[in-house]
Amino acid sequence: MYVAVKGGEQAIDAAHRLLDEERRGDRSVPSITLDQIAEQLTLAVDRVMNEGSLYDRELASLAVKQARGDLIEAIFLIRATRTTLARFGYAEPLDTQAMRVRRRVSAAFKDIPGGQILGPTFDYTHRLLDFSLTGGAEPAEAARAPVELRGDMPRVLGMLGSEGLIEQPSQAAGEPADLTQDPLNFPAGRDLRLQNLARGDEGFLLALAYSTQRGYGRTHPFAGEIRFGTVEVSFTPEELGFPVVIGEIAVTECEMINQFKGSATVKPQFTRGYGLGFGQCERKVMSMALVDRALRAGELGEERVAPAQDEEFVLSHSDNVQATGFVEHLKLPHYVDFQSELVLLRRLRAETGAEGDRLEAAE
Amino acid sequence: MNAPAYNFAYLNEQTKRMIRRAILKAIAVPGYQVPFASREMPMPYGWGTGGVQVTASVLTPEDTLKVIDQGADDTTNAVSIRKFFVKSAGAATTERTEEASVIQTRHRIPETPLTEDQILVFQVPIPEPLRFLEPRETETRTMHALEEYGVMHVKLYEDIAHYGEIATTYAYPATVADRYVFDPSPIPKFDNPKLDDCPALQLFGAGREKRIYAVPPYTKVKSLDFEDHPFAVQSWEQPCALCGSRDSFLDEIVMDDAGTRMYVCSDTDFCSRMRGEK
Repeated sequence: MYVAVKGGEQAIDAAHRLLDEERRGDRSVPSITLDQIAEQLTLAVDRVMNEGSLYDRELASLAVKQARGDLIEAIFLIRATRTTLARFGYAEPLDTQAMRVRRRVSAAFKDIPGGQILGPTFDYTHRLLDFSLTGGAEPAEAARAPVELRGDMPRVLGMLGSEGLIEQPSQAAGEPADLTQDPLNFPAGRDLRLQNLARGDEGFLLALAYSTQRGYGRTHPFAGEIRFGTVEVSFTPEELGFPVVIGEIAVTECEMINQFKGSATVKPQFTRGYGLGFGQCERKVMSMALVDRALRAGELGEERVAPAQDEEFVLSHSDNVQATGFVEHLKLPHYVDFQSELVLLRRLRAETGAEGDRLEAAE
Repeated sequence: MNAPAYNFAYLNEQTKRMIRRAILKAIAVPGYQVPFASREMPMPYGWGTGGVQVTASVLTPEDTLKVIDQGADDTTNAVSIRKFFVKSAGAATTERTEEASVIQTRHRIPETPLTEDQILVFQVPIPEPLRFLEPRETETRTMHALEEYGVMHVKLYEDIAHYGEIATTYAYPATVADRYVFDPSPIPKFDNPKLDDCPALQLFGAGREKRIYAVPPYTKVKSLDFEDHPFAVQSWEQPCALCGSRDSFLDEIVMDDAGTRMYVCSDTDFCSRMRGEK
């Protein structure tokens, strides 16, 4: 007698218990702590905060642990948590010029007012496995700058702007769009596009950005300035009516200088691409800036020919929580639809009949 | 760090109000896809987040909920969603179609006829029936606005030219209230006739695509076809091996390595009822 083959609550519960056990791994090895993740897997935590759209190192560390290091799964956990949090309102725009800089580089000029500040970076390291990390050896203390860095680090693109060599940053008036509160709609403004890219999958943006460098929507970019450091967040509570500083967050900002643009009436100027993200995320913000610039094709009168210039294509597929959900949903049962296709295919084959069989045999 | 306490049915009231407004608009314009600010839910996109948000917004403490996937109450995803509402809303649940006031479904409409006291919530992966003919949202919205459905008829006609019949077996497009062509979600076309003039309110939620649409009670739903190729549903040569039903949708079960097949009702509640009545 046939017994139902379908799921069952017990099987699901058992699978989840097994997952818990696998997550723990060998019990003779100490369980990893959230502090360890937050302090030592910093860049993983930064990425989860970025694409999870929630600045909370502790929750992001918990998500990384719960997700067994699967960052897209961790991002998903953070997004789902975000849904349950109360919204108080929008912060004042961040003043990234007032950033307490830890790293700040420009590839456009050899030296810049305020200096090239290398800060903590993988750049110029030789990618050789460092076996001293296998033990518990502590690194030597890092050198400290003999002088304080400037608190009001001038912008490289601002220096070009004073000469009129680069377009002014866009000065859109009014509240920026928010795709967490309103559904994404096309055509999207640059504000909405940037929000989408900030939440977008790093790998997806990296590949798109790379494609523009290889000729699919070329924009001739220069890394005008990349800075990483902490900025103050201000918020204006309704009952006070004036902004108060509510905390400090680490962000990375990238301003790209791109292909110039001019017309019979406007002198040629460089154009801009912009990227901003939580924590230290240079690959992400550079990719974001390249894609931002590519997506401005319409506004700048360029022909849209490449995927990175196609707003609907980019914005509709950048979110890895959406993408992973829909790709992985193919694991869900599709018996009914598959059965429907089977019924049709068998009938079509039967109708093709002897003629089809002969052709098949001959092939 | 403490675990937070969640609101009734997970979503906060602000979000529910936003979704209810979208639902009301969807009911007012049958078959029209209403954009809504879909939230991230604690289950993945593509696994029923749209349906879950709609259910969470219409569910009251007095409701009795039934959740099915592929017609069955005990498929993994149906179990998971039912548990979610038991946990987040303390919802009363049932497997009996006629006992439920809200039914969330993936890929099927129950065989048992629905009543005016019921809401059927569909989980929708791709709400746009024209999507595979035109990938751009800006284009498809214009096509709906102008009632420009020629490409769909051309597609169905091409099927006939290639295969001798319309080769769409599920997510079969239909016209709602003589106006909007809509995607009834990937239910088999076998279920399309149940959409028509149905006494229950039918709500469709697409979370990832951020759209809600509706077929209000007693609304005309006509599956697309041609005069010389009228719409027809699947049929099986044999009855259900368990209950003997000849008019329910049958799943095919592979029984052994030799490929022996058995056909049983996909609607498990209907099947057990039929067996009970014997």
